Amino acid sequence: MEKRVYETLQEALFYEKMDNGLDVYILPKKGFHKTYATFTTNYGSVDNQFVPLGKSEMKRVPDGIAHFLEHKLFEKEDGDVFQQFSKQGASANAFTTFTRTAYLFSSTDNVEKNLETLMDFVQTPYFSDKTVEKEKGIIGQEIRMYDDNPDWRVYFGAIESMYHHHPVKIDIAGTIESIAEITKELLYECYETFYHPSNMLLFVVGPVDEQKMMQQIRDNQAKKSFPQAPEVKRFVYEEPSGVAEKKKVIPMHVQTNKCFVGIKAPSVPNAGGQKLRHELAFHVLLDYLFGKSSPHYERLYREGLIDDTFMYDYTEEREFGFALVGGDTRDAERLAAEVQEVLRSFSADAVQKDELERVKKKKMGAFLRALNSPEYIANQFTRYAFYGASLFDILPALSSLALDDIAAVADSCFRDSQIAVCEVVPKGQ
Amino acid sequence: MVDEKVTAVGPVRVHTISTDKYKTNTLVWKMKAPLAKETVTLRALLPYVLQSGTVDYPSVKALRTYLDELYGATLNVDLTKKGEDHIMTVRIDVANERFLPEQTPLLEKALQLLADLLFRPALEGGRFVEDIVAREKRALSQRIQAVYDDKMRYASMRLVQEMCKGEPYALSPNGELGDVDAITAEQLYRYYEQALAEDELDLYVIGDVDEETVLAAVKRRFSLPDRPQPARAPLAPAKARGEVNEVIERQDVKQGKLNIGYRTNVTYEDDDYYALQLFNGIFGGFSHSKLFINVREKASLAYYAASRLESHKGLLLVMSGIEPANYEKARRIIDEQMQAMKNGDFTDEEMAQTKAVIRNQLLETLDTPRGLVEVLYHNVVSTRKRPLDEWLAGTDGVMREDVVRVAEKVALDTVYFLTGMEGATEDGKTGV
Repeated sequence: MEKRVYETLQEALFYEKMDNGLDVYILPKKGFHKTYATFTTNYGSVDNQFVPLGKSEMKRVPDGIAHFLEHKLFEKEDGDVFQQFSKQGASANAFTTFTRTAYLFSSTDNVEKNLETLMDFVQTPYFSDKTVEKEKGIIGQEIRMYDDNPDWRVYFGAIESMYHHHPVKIDIAGTIESIAEITKELLYECYETFYHPSNMLLFVVGPVDEQKMMQQIRDNQAKKSFPQAPEVKRFVYEEPSGVAEKKKVIPMHVQTNKCFVGIKAPSVPNAGGQKLRHELAFHVLLDYLFGKSSPHYERLYREGLIDDTFMYDYTEEREFGFALVGGDTRDAERLAAEVQEVLRSFSADAVQKDELERVKKKKMGAFLRALNSPEYIANQFTRYAFYGASLFDILPALSSLALDDIAAVADSCFRDSQIAVCEVVPKGQ
Repeated sequence: MVDEKVTAVGPVRVHTISTDKYKTNTLVWKMKAPLAKETVTLRALLPYVLQSGTVDYPSVKALRTYLDELYGATLNVDLTKKGEDHIMTVRIDVANERFLPEQTPLLEKALQLLADLLFRPALEGGRFVEDIVAREKRALSQRIQAVYDDKMRYASMRLVQEMCKGEPYALSPNGELGDVDAITAEQLYRYYEQALAEDELDLYVIGDVDEETVLAAVKRRFSLPDRPQPARAPLAPAKARGEVNEVIERQDVKQGKLNIGYRTNVTYEDDDYYALQLFNGIFGGFSHSKLFINVREKASLAYYAASRLESHKGLLLVMSGIEPANYEKARRIIDEQMQAMKNGDFTDEEMAQTKAVIRNQLLETLDTPRGLVEVLYHNVVSTRKRPLDEWLAGTDGVMREDVVRVAEKVALDTVYFLTGMEGATEDGKTGV
């Protein structure tokens, strides 16, 4: 077991790679009641073409299958794993992103038992025709719920506008039609390919004894056998660097207009410290331009073009990165034009050094605040680890972030070819 | 379990909770007054105006720049209701300088800022800045309207409006759209003075703090004249209903929202409070509950089907999202689960499971500064004080007959269904 100490943060992280390839991290947090654990596979909604384990041909699977698999893994021959967790006083959950599927529990009691349940249920798939069919009704309602949600529609609409081919443009849950094609055989195939321990990471944060816990995990993993797994071969999408369509308008039964301006990164570093730095630079740049202390925010708010739903965020995963800026507005067209004008007129030469330093300070405080949250630590640590970077390098990376890093981001992304707009407008308008 | 010390500084109850488990320190300011039609919109607007400027930082930009300087201290406000009280909350969360390269006394500065926000707001001509008020009125209108576009929130709001018609609880804590326009900067300022003079005031300070230091700082900055204890607003008596109120509303939506309201006739003040928590947990509060198992897992009708309590008002609210054509079926299954509760048709295992999960949920809530304050604040809202260890013992001590007794008191009041335009009889496309 390896110990990594982060002096400034007063945290110590314990790491070990299991014999079967599973990466395990434990972060003891004294004083907390809760222990939070995530068991995550490096597999998400974008992984819809790959070479299945033991095969040699690339295969395309139905949209939404990673998310469907997430739902189905909770069901076993003798019932539902939720029941098991709640008997042990834990609350369990799972989520699927573009590139990850995570299973988790949090509990203040019976931590050892809950950890055992987590490892065992994720590593013991059970799918039957009957339960697969039944799940289609439940996920069908999940899809319907999002169909009626204008915030989700404008968010995904912007992503759809940016991408030509890349499956990031496909809704994580798929469609009612695509999930209809899912069978238990397909679920097993995805499971076997992506849920190999060498493609997974277990993170535990809470008031735990790291020695005992690591031993428990070793023992649990040693009991199970897995075939040798080569690295997963995923399809590489040829994605043009520019956006697919400049503008998309979605009429809905809403009272308020919604608008997102999407900024597509033409390329992103694929791993390590470079990737972390690129991502941070994008975040700092957005904050500099659109944060509540920026002149643009003040002006747009004063003019009534934005309200407290206004947000900006940058998402970067394996091979893609995009930013979204927007929210509710009384005039979607004008907001889109204003945001684009801010991007267009940005000049790195005009950046005030002290303002940049202030944004960096703000980001440092936000990072410390985030470390209060076991959920944030586990989820984000896993995300960074999957691309060879460390969450705990954020503070030093922020300190050393320079104007050049920011200028490079603006230079490659703040171009008309990289910008797409999506609006949700009241029907009939 | 939680080291809460309460000291009165004039009319302000100061709650200090000293702990070293966070990397930040948190201030939470709460002001409470009865929920009322005449003041609800003024109250909904006030904290947003207060967070827009102080004498020293007279604009949003100036204020937010200062917060960034304080290593990204966060400042936010919100409005909630508990029972028939309307609560304004202002929160400031600031990094503990122990983890930073620079040793600025951030907590002191945050306390000063909170005091400035409350007592030294940006003014012009003895009232709030016209421009700020106009902007915040517009933002408030947008906030009120936004609920129409979020069908889950909309259905929850509509159920309560229908169910509690004529009671203060029907009011939304975000105010009434029709009342926003008429508010003037002067009128809002008068209301601000009244609220500061009459509201019940609580300040929570959570983090790596020393009680004496905090109290000294609060005394310097938060000195307010004393006031008589406000008389507690009695809970509006629920109207006796002869029959169940059924409301069906149509909109252009793909998923129907079935929300059902029950009167529990038990509140936080009652001895049966813990039994009510158990009841809700077995019935619909968790993913092992009857609603989740029967509506979602067995019948495959919904992605979500759950219940929650408004303990200070004595309501049990069920929410679910279903295919419009499945309305009758879903209602029947929900009714059956309620009947099962009344019949005592639940196992000892379900009892034990629910107790374990409630215990877990409470302890987890205490791990976040925000959750901690919300738990402790129940004791301010209610005359009945329930210390935290009593929560655990109280839950533990509930017997199945207690749950059945509570179940018998639960009465169906209103069924609200938001459905599509096509008509509820048309066949849904989703196979079940």
